[in-house]
Amino acid sequence: MSTIQPIAREDEQHPDVALVEKVRAGDVSAYDELVRKYDRQVFRIAQHITQNREDAEDVMQDAFLKAYEKLNQFQGNSKFYTWLVRIAVNESLMRLRKRRTGKMVSIDEDVETEEGSVPRDLADWAPDPEQNYSQSELAEILRRTIQGLPPGFRIVFVLRDVEGLSTEETAETLGLSVPAVKSRLLRARLQLRERLSRYFRKKTGPVLTQEKGN
Amino acid sequence: MTCTEFLALLDDVIDDTVTAPIRTEIEHHMHDCEHCEVVFNTTRKTIEIYRSHELYDLPSDLRERLHAAIMARCRKGC
Repeated sequence: MSTIQPIAREDEQHPDVALVEKVRAGDVSAYDELVRKYDRQVFRIAQHITQNREDAEDVMQDAFLKAYEKLNQFQGNSKFYTWLVRIAVNESLMRLRKRRTGKMVSIDEDVETEEGSVPRDLADWAPDPEQNYSQSELAEILRRTIQGLPPGFRIVFVLRDVEGLSTEETAETLGLSVPAVKSRLLRARLQLRERLSRYFRKKTGPVLTQEKGN
Repeated sequence: MTCTEFLALLDDVIDDTVTAPIRTEIEHHMHDCEHCEVVFNTTRKTIEIYRSHELYDLPSDLRERLHAAIMARCRKGC
């Protein structure tokens, strides 16, 4: 029985700390390095939350600029990456609020649903189910499926399972308790599984009946 | 072990944070319960698929444009 291995984590002596120190000492090009290191992740997280390309572009710029402005507030007791992700998540949620004017948007939204708490589709999947679709078809299925999750589940799944933050880091980033993150993660995983099942389940062919007398 | 107990431990099994005795119990349960085995395998596959597919790529031209805008603002002191 194999398990999902956590994405490799780095030691406490993180090279980002040295880069942050350089920036604080006035070396702007060191910030250039930090931006290049994490821009893809920030953009991806922003897209997952806002579900809008233009908003994600704005969030990416605003998050890196805000991090630069607040760099003196970075304590170094958390990783630069998780600190940056927290800023990006907050910027993304602010963008969502602007889009949905008058409607509050928070990571607590829509988490009361019971959907997915008990698995219903118990059909097994094809051995390599993604092989039945082209890359673009598969990407569209995966996007549509994850976009259907309530935001509070989606963000937890993205940070924890896609971006590889630990449960504790995810909790800290989102201002949630560890049990709340665990509960949302399980529901998110089960809901995604349930929704993907209709695409990936084993195809059952017509039942062949034997003729009498054979 | 019941299916409800199995489900409560599903994330811990997938993330490999259970003790050896619990893991053995879970393996026994999955051996006897086809439904829970399917739930385990397909949930694990769900995570693997999302982890290995880039859904929102940042094209290099857009990346360079955003990068230039960010660094220009930083050099001016934001």
